[in-house]
Amino acid sequence: MMEAFNFGLAFLILALAVWTVVARDTFAAVVGFVAYGLLLTLVWVQLHGIDVALTEAALGSGLTGALLIGAAARLRKTESAARAERPGVPTRVAAALAAGCVTVALAVAVLALPDPAPSLAPETAANIAATGVGNPITAVLLAFRAMDTLLEAIVVLFAMIGVWSLAPDRAWGGRPGPLHRADPDGILAYLARVLPPIGLVVGLYIFWIGADLPGGKFQGATILAAMWLLVVMAGLADTPPIGSTRLRIALVAGPVVFIAIGAAGVTTAGAFLAYPDGLAKPLIKVIEWALLPSLALTLALILAGAPERGAK
Amino acid sequence: MTDAATLFGLCAAALVGIGVYALVVNPQPLRKIVAFNVIGNGVFVLFGVIARRGGVLEWGGDPVPQALLITGLVVAFSATALAVALLLRLAHETGSATLAADAPEAARSDAGAGDA
Repeated sequence: MMEAFNFGLAFLILALAVWTVVARDTFAAVVGFVAYGLLLTLVWVQLHGIDVALTEAALGSGLTGALLIGAAARLRKTESAARAERPGVPTRVAAALAAGCVTVALAVAVLALPDPAPSLAPETAANIAATGVGNPITAVLLAFRAMDTLLEAIVVLFAMIGVWSLAPDRAWGGRPGPLHRADPDGILAYLARVLPPIGLVVGLYIFWIGADLPGGKFQGATILAAMWLLVVMAGLADTPPIGSTRLRIALVAGPVVFIAIGAAGVTTAGAFLAYPDGLAKPLIKVIEWALLPSLALTLALILAGAPERGAK
Repeated sequence: MTDAATLFGLCAAALVGIGVYALVVNPQPLRKIVAFNVIGNGVFVLFGVIARRGGVLEWGGDPVPQALLITGLVVAFSATALAVALLLRLAHETGSATLAADAPEAARSDAGAGDA
């Protein structure tokens, strides 16, 4: 039964991936990509990666999908001109050959994976007690591989700065994205009033539960960001001007707290990002609470795009 | 019988291939960004398969690669968003979204006139 489900899932995913290649219209291709992302979430569940499934659903399919659909809608005018540049048959055949070689090489590698598989799970299981958290992925993200998570938070911030830096000169310091106007009695405005309280609870719950069960700050922050963007798109609120000092403090607060706790570890525990004995769990909590609002804001502003309007 | 890890591993290999083909063949930059994401998904699923195979005891997967996957997904989103922002700015400046070497020059005069 499960095998038939897995085969069907793999078939649907490949079919949708092919659809993103062959669809004539970019918009249709992008919509296919979103459906494909949601099905990938099921693959993660089948691979026993519930934390990854949550991230895929929220970020990989949700936010990325919203980003690509928005871009496809804005680029519609350029569509027909670009379509004419489709490469000729020799290029397509060469591309198909290259793609086939890559696939065969990877498939051979998959079938030749060592058995038993190398694993760091026993080491994680042996040391997880020292961190005080019950979810091994949170333990890896914030204790064993905290450096990766710190750099990741900074990458997200840098990506946002990169997006901002693409603003035209006259819009620098202004508000990201177009001014959204929706019918105040329409379904969008209605959903933007009804859904955010529910989304807020779900987002905070996924964040809160992350210490012991699947969930965490990235998934929670993505849901919070989505709720805020819904309110913005319904025209019930506007994006903040990027010149605002308060906004900038909120954006860097999370990474700064993370770095400060990491630096304190040099004197109290002998290494950058090391936690003193017994204090690991409270410090992890402080970092997570500090990162959540900064991440939610950063992700939402990345999606909102470069500033397009003056500050007023 | 094929276990889920092997099946999805082969599926991931096919996804990378589909993405490589789309990256070369689709002329629209946005389609190339989508193709790049499909390649990325394939690589992530491969890594997920490796995590699944490393599962022991009560955990169905090795938590170390799974945690790195979450990091990877977030970084992939950031890179995609930056690429899309670059593309939108290109389209705004030149009035066309094309990667052909000479097209932006021709389009710039039209867009410039429209802007002024």
